[in-house]
Amino acid sequence: MNDVTGMPQTAVVIGGGSDIALATLRLLAKRRLRAVVLLGRSAEALNEAAEQLRGAGVEEVTTEIFDVNDFSHASEVAEETVARLGTVDLVLVAAGFLGDASLEVIDPESVAHMIATNFTGPAAAMTAFSQRLLRQGFGRIVVLSSVAGVRVRRSNFVYGSAKAGLDGFAQGLDDALVKTGLSVMIVRPGFVHSKMTLGLKAAPMSTTPEAVAGAIVKGLESGASVVWAPSSLMWVFGILVHLPRRLWRLVPG
Amino acid sequence: MIPGDTDAFVGWGNNNATRAVHRRPRNTKEIAALLEGSSMCIARGLGRAYGDAAQCAGGTVIDCTGLSEILAFDGSSGVVRVEAGCSLDQLSRYSVSRGWFVPVTPGTAFVTIGGAVAADVHGKNHHREGSIAGYIEELCLVTPDGPRIVGPDRDPELFWATCGGMGLTGVITEVALRLMPIATSYLSVDTDRARDLDACMEMLASGDERYRYSVAWIDAGTRGRALGRAVITRGDHARVEALAGTQRSIPLTYNPVQRLSVPFTPPVSMVNALTLPVFNSLWYHRAPKHRTDEIQTMSAFFYPLDMLRDWNRLYGPRGFTQYQMVVPFGQEHVVRYTIERLQEASCPSTLGVLKRFGAGDPAPLSFPMPGWTLALDIPLGSPSLAVALDDCDRHVAGAGGRVYLAKDGRMRPELMREMYPRIDQFLETCHRTDPDGLFVSDLSRRIGLTPTTPTQRKGMKP
Repeated sequence: MNDVTGMPQTAVVIGGGSDIALATLRLLAKRRLRAVVLLGRSAEALNEAAEQLRGAGVEEVTTEIFDVNDFSHASEVAEETVARLGTVDLVLVAAGFLGDASLEVIDPESVAHMIATNFTGPAAAMTAFSQRLLRQGFGRIVVLSSVAGVRVRRSNFVYGSAKAGLDGFAQGLDDALVKTGLSVMIVRPGFVHSKMTLGLKAAPMSTTPEAVAGAIVKGLESGASVVWAPSSLMWVFGILVHLPRRLWRLVPG
Repeated sequence: MIPGDTDAFVGWGNNNATRAVHRRPRNTKEIAALLEGSSMCIARGLGRAYGDAAQCAGGTVIDCTGLSEILAFDGSSGVVRVEAGCSLDQLSRYSVSRGWFVPVTPGTAFVTIGGAVAADVHGKNHHREGSIAGYIEELCLVTPDGPRIVGPDRDPELFWATCGGMGLTGVITEVALRLMPIATSYLSVDTDRARDLDACMEMLASGDERYRYSVAWIDAGTRGRALGRAVITRGDHARVEALAGTQRSIPLTYNPVQRLSVPFTPPVSMVNALTLPVFNSLWYHRAPKHRTDEIQTMSAFFYPLDMLRDWNRLYGPRGFTQYQMVVPFGQEHVVRYTIERLQEASCPSTLGVLKRFGAGDPAPLSFPMPGWTLALDIPLGSPSLAVALDDCDRHVAGAGGRVYLAKDGRMRPELMREMYPRIDQFLETCHRTDPDGLFVSDLSRRIGLTPTTPTQRKGMKP
C-alpha cells in the first residue's frame, strides 16, 4: 500500500532495464519498497537490475520478459503481475529507446518501430495496467516522458514526436482517472547521461539517472502530476515552446 | 470506467484515496449477510481516523453510520446501550441533559462509538481514568461466524483484541457503555502558560493529579529558548454552585451549533510556513499567564475544532497527517527530539498536544501506556517529511514507545512488533475468529498486520 507520503511498498517497472527506473527503485528501497516485478525485453539487463535491487534491500524481485510492442499480451501480463504482488502501488513506465533520427538513415519501418516502442507500446501497457489497477482501487502510474516531446526538435523528431504522443496520452489518462484512486505522474527529464544516451553529445542542463530518480521521489511525496528534471527546465521550456519555428529549427544537435 | 457501486475513501487527513464497494447496512443481520458475500472488508464510522484505517481498497467498506440508534438507557447505573454508528455528539445530546456524559472522549464529538472502541480512544482524563475500553460492559461483534457478545468477562481475549483492534476482529454493531454522572454541562478550567518544554512538562507532572482533565497545547514551531512553550488547560466538571445566572438555572444542556465551515478545499494549504508562526504566536500570547476557575462549555473545552466544520480542508489538496506517539516516563528527550527533528526538516506543524498518560489496558493493540504522548498535525507534501518521521519512529521505538494506529498513515512496518509487543496475541485471536482473513484495511496491509496477496491470505498464520 502507498503511504500518505506517497511511498510505495510494491512496484512494477515496464522497461525494467532502464537506468532511471533502477535509480528510482534504489531510492524507494531506502523507504518502504519491498517487492518489485521487472518487465523488459532483455533477460540480461533485467537480471542485472534485479541483482542490484536485491543488493539495495528489496526483499522480493522477479523478472519477466515482456516487450511493450506485444500488445496482445499486455492485459495478461498486468493480471499476472498484480496477482504476484498482491497489490501494485506503483507502475513505472520506462520503456523506450533513442535511435538515430537523421533523415538519411530512417526508413518507414524504423520510424514505425521507434514510435511503437516509445509511444504506442507504453500507452498500451499503461492501458492494461490502469484497467487492472482500477479493480484494486488505487495506484500510482509514473511515466517517463521527455522534454524532447514538449517541443519536438529537428535532430530527434521521431523520438520527440513519440514522447509528445506519450506525454499527451498520459495527461489524458490522468484526467480520465480523476476520482478513481489512480493517478498518473509525468516525468520530463532533459538530457540524461545513461545507457540510452551513451556516446551522444550532452545537451545543456544535462542530468543523471540519480538526479531524475530524486526528482521522481520528490514528485511522489508532493503529489505532483508533472515533474521536470532538472526542475529549471520547466521555465526554460515555458519560453522555448513559444520560440518561432524559424528560430527553433536552428537549435543544433 | 470506475467499477460499479464503488466510492473513493480517504481518512481525515484527506489523502491517499482508495476505492472500495460502499455498503451501508441497517442492522446486524444485513452486516452478517455482507460478510457472507465479501472477500475482504472493513467497518467505517465517521472517517475521523487520520490515515487509512477505515479504507479497504478493492474490497468492501461497511459504513456503520446506518446503525445509530440509542437502544436503552438505565438512569440508575448510567449504562447506555447504543448501536455502533451512533456518534458521541448524538449520544451527548441525549445523555447530558439527563446528567450523564461519556467517560472518555477524544478531541472531536464526531466519532462513532464503534470507531472509538476500535481505536480504544483516550481523552484528556487518561492519566486518571484510562481509555474507553475500561467503560464497556459488553459489545456485539459480527464475525464471519455471526454475531457474538463479548465483554471483559465474556470471551475477554476477543473483547480486548477488539478494543484498539482497528476493526480487524469484526464489525462492532452494539456497545453497552457505562456513562459518568455529571452535575452540570460546564467545566471549571484553570489555564497556565509555560515558557518552554521543560517548564510545561514540569507543570504537567507536578499538577496533573489534581485535575480530572489535563492537556497542554504546544507551540511546536518556535525554536531556541522558547521551544515547546505551551498553554496548559486543566479542569473538571463544574459544580452547580460555580455557575452564575442563566447557566445555573439550566445547568445541564448540550446543543452545540456548527456556525462556521470551510466550504471548499483551497488550492494550497492554508497551514504553511507563513501562517503557522503567526497562529502559534497568537494562540500563546492570547492565553492568560495564569487563570483559575473559568467556566467553559463542554464543546469549547472538549471539542474546540468541531466548531469549524470540515476544518481538515484547510490543509489543501495534498492534505495532512497527524503524528501521535507515546514514550514512557523517563524518555522525555524523545518528545524534544521529535519537535526538533520536524523543525530541522522545515515541516511546520500546528499546535501540538502534549499529555501524560496513566496506566494502559490489557488490549494488545491499544495505544496508551504510562508516559508522554505528543500529537502534531503536519501538512503533507514536504519532501523532507517522510524521512524525518522515519527518524522519529526509530527514536520512539527505541525508547519503548509507539505510534497511534488511528492517526497513522506512514509508520515503518518493521517497527510494528517493537512498538506493539503483544501483536502475536492479537493475530492469534484474529485468526481464531476470522481464519480466512476477511477483515482487511489499507492500514492493516500497509503495516503488515494482514497479508496483501490473496494466496498469502488463504494460508495466513499468525
